[in-house]
Amino acid sequence: MRKIGVFVCHCGSNIAATVDVKKVVELALQEQGVVHAEDYPYMCSEAGQVRIAEAIKENKLEGIVVCSCSPRMHEATFRKCAERNGLNPYLVEIANIREHCSWIHKDMAEATEKAVILMRAAVAKVHLNAPLQAGESAVTKRALVIGGGIAGIQTAIDIADAGYKVDIVEKEPSIGGRMSQLDKTFPTLDCSACILTPKMVEAAAHENITIHTWSEVEKVSGFVGNFTVDIRKKARYVDMDKCTGCGICQEKCPSKKPLNEFNRGLNTRSAIYTPFAQAIPNVPVIDANACIKLNTGKCGICEKFCQAGAIDYTQKDEIITEQYGAIVVATGFDTIKLDKYGEYAYNESKDVITSLELERIMNAAGPTKGHLERLSDGKAPKEIVFIQCVGSRCSDDRGKPYCSKICCMYTAKHAMLIRDKYPDTNVTVFYIDVRTPGKNFDEFYRRAVEDYGVNYVKGQVGKVAPQPDGSLMVHGVDLLENKQILKKADMVVLATAIEPNPDVRKIATMLTASIDTNNFLTEAHPKLRPVESPTAGVFLSGVCQGPKDIPETVAQAGAAAVKVIGLLAKDKLKTNPCTAKADELRCNGCSQCANVCPYGAISYETRQVNDHGIREDRRIAVVNSALCQGCGACTVTCPSGAMDLQGFSNRQIIAEVDAICR
Amino acid sequence: MKYSYFPGCTLRNKAKDLDDYARACAEKLGFSLEELTDWQCCGGVYPLGADEIASKLPSVRALNAAKKKGQDLVAVCSACYHVLKRVNDDMANVADIQTRANNYMQLDTPYTGETKVLHYLEVLWDVVGFDKLKEAVVNPLTGRKVGAYYGCLLLRPSSVMAFDDPENPTILEDFIRALGAEPVMYPYRNECCGGYISIKEQEKAAGLCKKITDSAEGFQADCLVTACPLCKYNLSKNSNLPIVYFTELLAEALGIKEAQE
Repeated sequence: MRKIGVFVCHCGSNIAATVDVKKVVELALQEQGVVHAEDYPYMCSEAGQVRIAEAIKENKLEGIVVCSCSPRMHEATFRKCAERNGLNPYLVEIANIREHCSWIHKDMAEATEKAVILMRAAVAKVHLNAPLQAGESAVTKRALVIGGGIAGIQTAIDIADAGYKVDIVEKEPSIGGRMSQLDKTFPTLDCSACILTPKMVEAAAHENITIHTWSEVEKVSGFVGNFTVDIRKKARYVDMDKCTGCGICQEKCPSKKPLNEFNRGLNTRSAIYTPFAQAIPNVPVIDANACIKLNTGKCGICEKFCQAGAIDYTQKDEIITEQYGAIVVATGFDTIKLDKYGEYAYNESKDVITSLELERIMNAAGPTKGHLERLSDGKAPKEIVFIQCVGSRCSDDRGKPYCSKICCMYTAKHAMLIRDKYPDTNVTVFYIDVRTPGKNFDEFYRRAVEDYGVNYVKGQVGKVAPQPDGSLMVHGVDLLENKQILKKADMVVLATAIEPNPDVRKIATMLTASIDTNNFLTEAHPKLRPVESPTAGVFLSGVCQGPKDIPETVAQAGAAAVKVIGLLAKDKLKTNPCTAKADELRCNGCSQCANVCPYGAISYETRQVNDHGIREDRRIAVVNSALCQGCGACTVTCPSGAMDLQGFSNRQIIAEVDAICR
Repeated sequence: MKYSYFPGCTLRNKAKDLDDYARACAEKLGFSLEELTDWQCCGGVYPLGADEIASKLPSVRALNAAKKKGQDLVAVCSACYHVLKRVNDDMANVADIQTRANNYMQLDTPYTGETKVLHYLEVLWDVVGFDKLKEAVVNPLTGRKVGAYYGCLLLRPSSVMAFDDPENPTILEDFIRALGAEPVMYPYRNECCGGYISIKEQEKAAGLCKKITDSAEGFQADCLVTACPLCKYNLSKNSNLPIVYFTELLAEALGIKEAQE
């Protein structure tokens, strides 16, 4: 019989206010093998750990149970404490009497009863715990960043500066992301391209950074420190090494119909194109759907004009396989589709646009060369209405429940820029609330109101009605004056909600990284681990984790880089010894475990076994403990009960169940 | 295909066109409308009082009669369709109303919203199909510019009516196109005509109607089609733009109208 110690934590009043901790101690002492039990206000504190250490020594404890918070919180703390005092860390069990008990119950008698049961189950289990030894795995000192916007670029530069190799995978033909589409940035109004382009150049020129544009992550396997990633390099039909970026191909290309994605579809581009002048790499791609040569075999004009001989219509997609120690997701965002918002007439009128479209219109490289004009007739708008929260803070299923966070500020920016450049144009902003927390943000908004005379109206818009004369009648409400407003406008700009890039679901699935109901990637802890995914070795950068502006994105990108550097700085990682193992005498090699293993950790080998004196060759399941994540899917699938999870063996689980049912 | 049919009171006098053409066109298009016996007025408006039961009972009777015949219940008047569908939703989903209505009715089997309520347009769309309708047209309305006027009763509340996108509906436009005419898109096609407020505040209703008809005329509509007698009354009273029932347009395209006249 093992000598067991039980330690019951009060967690201040978190546990002790709902659970009678003295009673738990009293009943623990009646459990088989329990030779020591005590309670303490904060078991995780230095003083609490000293008490555990002393108890281990005095009573020669062979296993301990800590009744406290979730093992996610302090299992590591108590395991380390045990290890320092000569007890194998896997002989520590946590009974979660906080999250699973005191926090969710109100009645003290009931909560105490449950806490006692949880304690008993843990004691029953720890009697059967094996002293496991953590293995080691090497760390591949190279990071992958998925997404080449400002978040991905910043993360890559920071990792690369620390001396580690980084690859950026970007699905578009150029890095730059959303920020490259912006005209000016709040709250300083500096030109977006002017501050982004140097970063793009820095990333491209960095000796430690490799950029794969026009590429997508196809498959991810492995685990923290040892990821294997397949990257699809889509056929560019242009030889990256030969192309000089002269641009003659784009000028001469006769296929000019495809919508220009970079300009949000407001104008068209050629079939061979770079998305914008400062693109990195400055090598065009051929849009295979629009290219005449690729579709009909005729044309070939770009090839004729290319002095460098860089055009290659025979290129095929290529899959490259790389090894990484860490992966950063920086997949960014898009604006939501407005199909469900018929009242704003976005599909009916060319003069109802999204804010990102306005950003392109205001940009000197945009479809109107930076002139503010109506897309319907090219006239300068004299009356512009901005509508805030289109699809944000939405209580029905048309939009998103969250605040998109950036819209108040960029709308103030647009309003201010328009009033500055076109003083005879009136600007009205309909808002629910103006949210401007951030350094110099509220000052910025007030400048728009006080210095630039932007007309802010608290209230929402129910309808934008295109009129026969081409104007737009805006039906709104002024909640402060409690009256309906009818405003004739020449242009309406919708502050459209942002959502995670639609590709993020696919990527999260490949990485087994969790996402929330809005498709934002979930962080390991909302406050204390905001740039780490719960999946070890996966980190989050930028809007893929939640709405944020550029300063916040850059800050988070740096934080993610630090976490990656911390990981890559280690030569070895301790592996979790709680992995599956097959009993060779029971295994009949049926393959069912391999079929359910999500990590591809199970293979088979033919081995000679000695079954009660009979020697024979049998096909036996073998678990690669480096790949096994200890999920237990194989153990419940195995028809002959051969598969067992170390640390959570069938015997241990049954012992817990027996203790609960006692 | 046979349907139980709930014509509604207005269709017996003022809105006779809406009814007559609906029946004639149905026969031509291969489905028939069997008028419920002893149907009573739907009440005209859906009662908003949470404890209002008595005024919902005529709808429950009609719904239950259709259930007994094992038929879907078709209405052609927007208001009847609206009231029937919302009461049916209450009977299916609001336990209190369900219990009290059934206590009152003392049916052999309680009625719990089993009947499917359809608007005549939904039968054209889902059962006949606008492509088949197009083939049945003998007198295509080529060159006619017709504005669809939905009003509110067909569309809202959209969670219950589930008729079409309440902000950007298309079913009437598709219908107009199937008849060979050109649908005119104008922004106020789903705005309120004023409804019964025209009894109390003439001016208010006139203003609302003028906004609708001015906009339609501005976008070059020759006429508006509606499925609602009250909308037709309000709009006609306040504008010179011809307002016709959709069934009349349908009858014209199917070559039934002249025959009837």
